[in-house]
Amino acid sequence: MTQVVYLDNNATTSCAPEVVQAMLPYFSEQYANASSMHTFGGENRHVIEAARRTVADFIGAQYEDELIFTSCASESDNTAIFSAVRANRTKKHIITSAVEHPAVLEPFRYLQTQGYRVDYIGVDELGRFNMQQFKQVLDADTALVSVMWANSETGTIFPIPEIAQLAHEKGALFHTDAVQAVGKIPVDVQKAGVDMLSLSAHKFHGPKGIGALYVKRGTRFLPYLMGGHQEKHRRAGTENVPYIVGIAKAAELAKKRLADGTSQRIAALRDTLEQGILKTIPDVKVNGDPAHRVPNTTNLSFGYIEGESILMYLNDFGICASSGSACTSGSLEPSHVLRAMKVPFQFAHGSIRFSLSDQTTPADIDLVLKELPPIIARLREISPFARLA
Amino acid sequence: MWDYTDKVMDHFKHPRNVGAIPDADGTGQVGSLVCGDALRLTIKVNKQTDVIEDAKFETFGCASAIASSSILTEMVKGKTIEQASKITNQDIANALGSLPAEKMHCSVMGMEALDAAVKSYRQGGKPVIFEQEAEKMVCKCFNVSEEAIIKAIRTNHLTTVEDVTHFTKAGGACGQCKGEIQKILDKVNGACELPQTAPKTYPQMTLVEKIKAIENVLEEDVRPKLNMDGGSVELVDLAGNTVKVRLIGMCSGCAGARGTLKNLIEKALQDKLSSNLTVEQAQ
Repeated sequence: MTQVVYLDNNATTSCAPEVVQAMLPYFSEQYANASSMHTFGGENRHVIEAARRTVADFIGAQYEDELIFTSCASESDNTAIFSAVRANRTKKHIITSAVEHPAVLEPFRYLQTQGYRVDYIGVDELGRFNMQQFKQVLDADTALVSVMWANSETGTIFPIPEIAQLAHEKGALFHTDAVQAVGKIPVDVQKAGVDMLSLSAHKFHGPKGIGALYVKRGTRFLPYLMGGHQEKHRRAGTENVPYIVGIAKAAELAKKRLADGTSQRIAALRDTLEQGILKTIPDVKVNGDPAHRVPNTTNLSFGYIEGESILMYLNDFGICASSGSACTSGSLEPSHVLRAMKVPFQFAHGSIRFSLSDQTTPADIDLVLKELPPIIARLREISPFARLA
Repeated sequence: MWDYTDKVMDHFKHPRNVGAIPDADGTGQVGSLVCGDALRLTIKVNKQTDVIEDAKFETFGCASAIASSSILTEMVKGKTIEQASKITNQDIANALGSLPAEKMHCSVMGMEALDAAVKSYRQGGKPVIFEQEAEKMVCKCFNVSEEAIIKAIRTNHLTTVEDVTHFTKAGGACGQCKGEIQKILDKVNGACELPQTAPKTYPQMTLVEKIKAIENVLEEDVRPKLNMDGGSVELVDLAGNTVKVRLIGMCSGCAGARGTLKNLIEKALQDKLSSNLTVEQAQ
């Protein structure tokens, strides 16, 4: 494998060496079950509770017991959604956005088949939440509003505090999938006024296989995984001690990065990349809201060509990115996010997402700016549509 | 990451015969920007011999779409129109080594563009857009006609709706046409359709049919209710219009047994089959 220029950090990030180091002793040395009645296990109970404090503090939770460790953010999302509807059986209406992660969309579609009224709030061409539509459909029958904090594909940030407040005014619970926000921008559950929040460690240099669900004290909650007393009966399953240590260490490091200007540095690199591409390549369109976007993400559409072909050429230089094109996914349609934004078809199929991290260097950006223009030119030479443009 | 063969990668990275032939003798087009892939094939034909002397392509699409188009131009060159028109999508996929199942539609696109180019040549060279005049569109998202689906099923021996989607894209977006695709599959693959005749009334039935019909009512309408109380019922005999049954489990010896026989079982049989039926407890 050639040198890797990794610009796919919204898919996953590298696990930080400090995180790996912190986790290691908990595999074969301090391996005891944290629920056991011996000191060996009891020590791990303290380790878990310390980790819980760290992660709770990272997202601004008031009490550490508001945090439930899960196996991933998909589990957190499913848990939050099914808890909200099962704990509020008299209400039969739920609201989400059209651009959510499938871990939110699929449970909503399932509940729709079970007789729930569901509204999927649309977005405008910049990917901004349609507040007008939201206000119109929200009513006293609404059990749950679940809206993502930041979009994985475009990086667009939704006005979570405002949406949460409107939901609460009608007596609805508010959950947010904050997977793409946590670690990238400051997230404070109290200031935002959310009832539930999902996050995932591997998006901020933690390990894969561990996430968390914040559930504000006083929120009616029913577990999704049953069969154990763990997490105060809210999530069954033996506590995953090494990964819980890992997510806490990753949270600690991410908190530092948010304070020391790393985000600004990443944003500057992202802007250099975006501006450079717009300057050197014709028929490129930025997808997303440049004014409200996480600092590491840019989503660009290259007109008249197809995303998978671009990715495969980039791959020759070790450049890793992703695409919302139909050909790169299991389905045959381009990304639901771009379609919700009504990105024209001649652009939707040729979308490429570059997502940076604190490990991205100016040399990485230079390489993309050097190699990308000839790739685009070559593919447009083959395309029957480029000539017509 | 797709598992592409070296041949696919070679034709993707070094596509042969890119471009458009000026004053082509045949021009075939398939797909659109909406679909996510499109191919425009132009051919130069020797009018005396009918041999294809040159072929060029322009493709909008993924790596396998570009590779399929590129190898197609190599395959048709030197062949007569007649020979070329026999090339199937499977031939294109084979020439590339193989294609991932989800990408077979790229080879189908090549075959369709070739069909259109041949038609264009035979009609005097006016460009032909594949299936623009097709009679019945099955998949409205990707404009796939019944004709194209049938051809893909026959050429590639497809048996499931998923196969058809992989090969033609039909049903890959909204999915509304999946039922219709299944019907086409059944038709092509010769699944026999039962003759549609009016169901027989109870008195018209043979003895075996009567017993089966009674058993059916017991299973569908009666047992689920008895099961809830921990009981069940079995059919013992049929004598004329008298149905003899035995209550079992919690129902046997139940004080309400007679009520169960008359109000539940007899009523169900009378409603569903014939008002002349009566139910008795078997000895």
